[in-house]
Amino acid sequence: MAEALLNKDAVYAGLAQNVAVQALRAAHPDAVTNAKFDRGELTLVIAADAIRAACRTLQRAGYNFFEDVTCVDWYPAEPRFQVTYHILSHKLKERVRLHVMVESIDPSVDSITPVWPSANFYEREVWDLFGVRFNGHPGLRRIMLPEEWDGHPLRKDYPVEGYR
Amino acid sequence: MPGSPDRHDMPEIPGFVETATLIAPRPEEGPKDHTMVLNMGPQHPSTHGVLRVVLEIDGETVVKLVPDIGYLHTGIEKTCEAKFYQQVVPLTDRIDYLSPMTNNLCYCLAVEKLLQLEIPERAQWMRVLLNELTRLNSHLIWLGTHAMDIGALTVFLYTFREREDILRIFEQVSGQRMMTSYFRIGGLALDLPLGFFDTVQSFIKILPEKIDEYENLLTGNPIFINRLKNVGYLSPENAIAFGVTGPPLRASGVDWDLRRDMPYSSYEKFKFEVPISNDGDVWARYVVRLREMRESVKICQQALDGMPEGPIKADAPHVVLPDREKMKTQMEALIYHFKIVTEGFQVPAGEVYQAVESPRGEMGYYVVSDGTAKPWRVHMRNPSFATLQALETMCVGRLIADVVAVIGSIDIVLGEIDR
Repeated sequence: MAEALLNKDAVYAGLAQNVAVQALRAAHPDAVTNAKFDRGELTLVIAADAIRAACRTLQRAGYNFFEDVTCVDWYPAEPRFQVTYHILSHKLKERVRLHVMVESIDPSVDSITPVWPSANFYEREVWDLFGVRFNGHPGLRRIMLPEEWDGHPLRKDYPVEGYR
Repeated sequence: MPGSPDRHDMPEIPGFVETATLIAPRPEEGPKDHTMVLNMGPQHPSTHGVLRVVLEIDGETVVKLVPDIGYLHTGIEKTCEAKFYQQVVPLTDRIDYLSPMTNNLCYCLAVEKLLQLEIPERAQWMRVLLNELTRLNSHLIWLGTHAMDIGALTVFLYTFREREDILRIFEQVSGQRMMTSYFRIGGLALDLPLGFFDTVQSFIKILPEKIDEYENLLTGNPIFINRLKNVGYLSPENAIAFGVTGPPLRASGVDWDLRRDMPYSSYEKFKFEVPISNDGDVWARYVVRLREMRESVKICQQALDGMPEGPIKADAPHVVLPDREKMKTQMEALIYHFKIVTEGFQVPAGEVYQAVESPRGEMGYYVVSDGTAKPWRVHMRNPSFATLQALETMCVGRLIADVVAVIGSIDIVLGEIDR
């Protein structure tokens, strides 16, 4: 397994030929705030306001298939929510992971449904279970839980057995 | 060999186009004067579980379709965060209850990647063998229920007869017919029982004849053909735009199979073909899955022929439970056993995403560790969840009866959609 590269400079030096790194570096030099290559998987941290543009750039660079968006709650740390995207290229047979860090107060991030319509259900799931809003989503409402549900259960401050 | 990783002759895969222009988001509006809203499900035999589909129909033509899910939501992802890593394995069976071994495998591979564990070859090959049996099991259920939805009741009895054989094999190795939990982090749970390979061999030998039998009942049947052909068309661009994976994606002409293209657990050592079709309709999905079953038989045969000798568990005493025998005779083994059971094992901080080709498409586990013995986050990317988004595109403009055929053809499992 390739050696881990744990910061942006190391990734830029070690993976200079990587298509995702090259494309994002060329199109949005300021958008990538951090990067990591660990256990054979590339992670790029993207500035919150640049996620849609970054996704579009990746799509044009050959990362054609959107796999997944989910969230990780790092409560009580700030920024609290880490929205995680997995994007795959059928042609390169490679996957790239994008992180967007979101603050805990009124968390929101741009929706990527204009780029990949398949993000629709996934973003609704993140809204439902974490309470992170997606701006520009065509119909952001709960998907798993009933509409009248109180709270977002996958947050770390929501007890496993629910409120009694 | 079709599994070669650098095939330069691979055709251009669609999906690089601006997908947003294909499907513009619809405004939320109520039914018009001449249409009515019809509720299909959640208790409906052809929705394969508790899927509720809200149909807006004009006469018998579907104008709009909205899937409503969540009836089976049990919060498995939240439960995982409160368990030790090894305690999550039995939860994964319950997600896609028709392919428990695939779930086990995907989760174990993800945690093994976090731990950077080497898995012995025999365990990897056993995992491949059992995974292909799982695929056969799942496709048999799909075929039986799909044909039953269309009105061919007999096939159901035939496929469940063969499924029973597979469940007996599962029972033989793991003691359980459905919720197997046979793969563990670091290898397999138990040694193989005596006569296991003979049982699998005799099953694999008869299965191709049985698949011929199903095809005799269905492939030439004019009613079946009329109900399936040219129904539920999905273009390759739309398949990619909606995140469709697995047989429905391949039936739309996109040549992508994780077993061949991003191999895991020794799949690169097996020779098999990835069936694809360019028709993109319900019939194409039927053809692709049946051919996939024949390929799975081939993989099982190769696994039986070349099964390597050796251990079935990794050499990692802090992760893998010691043998019963050793536990009774060696102090260290007893201590390791006690520690693993009472306080789990610590997994180095980090995050991994591991994807495998489940019978329904790409199943991925995203596991985040904070360095403790319990996962900080476990997320499952399930194929049916994404495929369900394409349902409306496939059904609009068709009759209500076609909705039943289309739902059958995408082979959804509500357990993995809702989790």
